[in-house]
Amino acid sequence: MLKKRIIPCLDVKDGRVVKGINFLNLRDAGDPTEQALFYSNSGADEITFLDITATSDNRESMLNVIEATASKCFVPLTVGGGIRTVNDIDKFLRVGADKVSINSSAVSNPKLINDGSRIFGNQCIVVAIDAKKNSSEKGKWNVYTHGGRNDTGIDAVIWAMEAEKRGAGEILLTSMDQDGTKKGFDIDLTKKISSSVSIPVIASGGVGTLEHLADGIILGNASAVLAASIFHFGEFSITEAKKHLYSKGIDVRMDYE
Amino acid sequence: MIDISIVDYGSGNLKSVYNSVKLCCDNKHGSSKIKVTSDKKTIDNSSHLILPGVGSFKSCVNGLKNKGTLFETIHDNISSKGKPFLGICVGMQMLFSEGYEDGKTKGLGLIPGKVTKINPKHHNYKIPHIGWNNLFLKNTHPFLNTLEKNGLIFKEMQPNAYFVHSYSCKPEDKKHIILSTDYSEEISAMVAKENILGTQFHPEKSHSFGLNFLKSFLSWNP
Repeated sequence: MLKKRIIPCLDVKDGRVVKGINFLNLRDAGDPTEQALFYSNSGADEITFLDITATSDNRESMLNVIEATASKCFVPLTVGGGIRTVNDIDKFLRVGADKVSINSSAVSNPKLINDGSRIFGNQCIVVAIDAKKNSSEKGKWNVYTHGGRNDTGIDAVIWAMEAEKRGAGEILLTSMDQDGTKKGFDIDLTKKISSSVSIPVIASGGVGTLEHLADGIILGNASAVLAASIFHFGEFSITEAKKHLYSKGIDVRMDYE
Repeated sequence: MIDISIVDYGSGNLKSVYNSVKLCCDNKHGSSKIKVTSDKKTIDNSSHLILPGVGSFKSCVNGLKNKGTLFETIHDNISSKGKPFLGICVGMQMLFSEGYEDGKTKGLGLIPGKVTKINPKHHNYKIPHIGWNNLFLKNTHPFLNTLEKNGLIFKEMQPNAYFVHSYSCKPEDKKHIILSTDYSEEISAMVAKENILGTQFHPEKSHSFGLNFLKSFLSWNP
């Protein structure tokens, strides 16, 4: 049985983890490689890095982060943030990333999805969608770009279907309404997108409890769940999350110890 | 002394394969050499051969064919020289007679059979098949003894391995399927024929199980 995946997400700024886990057994909580290794050894099914570096000058530091992590950490690694061209994708895959996640640049230049999947395979192109409820039309969501600042006016469901058609291998779906609230995923949105595409959907945004993770999978029909703060602050371990999902009848990978 | 060639034809995941093999060697084989190469002489002189592969069947076959005599060199090293060989993902798929991704393309033809798209019976089976799935023992092969020495006893366990693919291998002779996984249909997870091994899963991304699997391959003398 294919397992539902739990993916911790690490925000990286200028090559350092922001808001990382701060357990005693970590020598340097700001070191992305150490954090990733900690997660992979404690059962993370994949790890996602999100580069939130503001200036493009420091973007090179992310390449070093991925290179160092890939030499020690043997689970799939995804990198997102600031990837704009086929050349950017190539650079990250070469240093050891398995997938890249593209967001704003996929909207402004959808051909990047086609080119990326043609050259590197659709398995490594994740299209990240930041969606927010359309205030005038119930049951609709708009795609936002540039970290949620820019409303594109594009319907999220239509965009997800287009991303699939252009060659995306997965959709990373974040609800802007729920993100940071700790009130759970936007289940309607997750369900709607997941039933509209035949590629896997990773649910993100709003996780505050372990029950929320289960809801994303059972009610939202997500193939994977991504979370940051509930793991980083040590509220829950990956193993605790997996045990909870398992108790709800969800298949998870437990044989990592 | 083992001398490993990881075949370089521009495939994207070379670095991950190199990293994982290097870790296995650092832990075990004091005097091993690892080369990421497309050079005929280096490949001819190596003891173990690994062929990675991501992307489409067609683009990978073309990648090999566009590198001088690389396609023939690999074929020769596997079939006439009988070296221990591991094909990973599309590297496994290329062992077969033909693939149907982006149109029909001839593969290395070392294992008779086809590579066709997974055809899920229900829309809940998303394609690509991405994630961790269990491995089930289907047939026997001498390499299983080497795996057992490293604690991977498939008679007693169904470990999880990491998959990411939309096409799967259909050998004409089902006895070449040593391990399978289940995703709407039975999927060939590991195939083997004499000195030739292929895994649809990615050992280099399958954490401790995957590293154990690679260690076993590196210590294998068929």
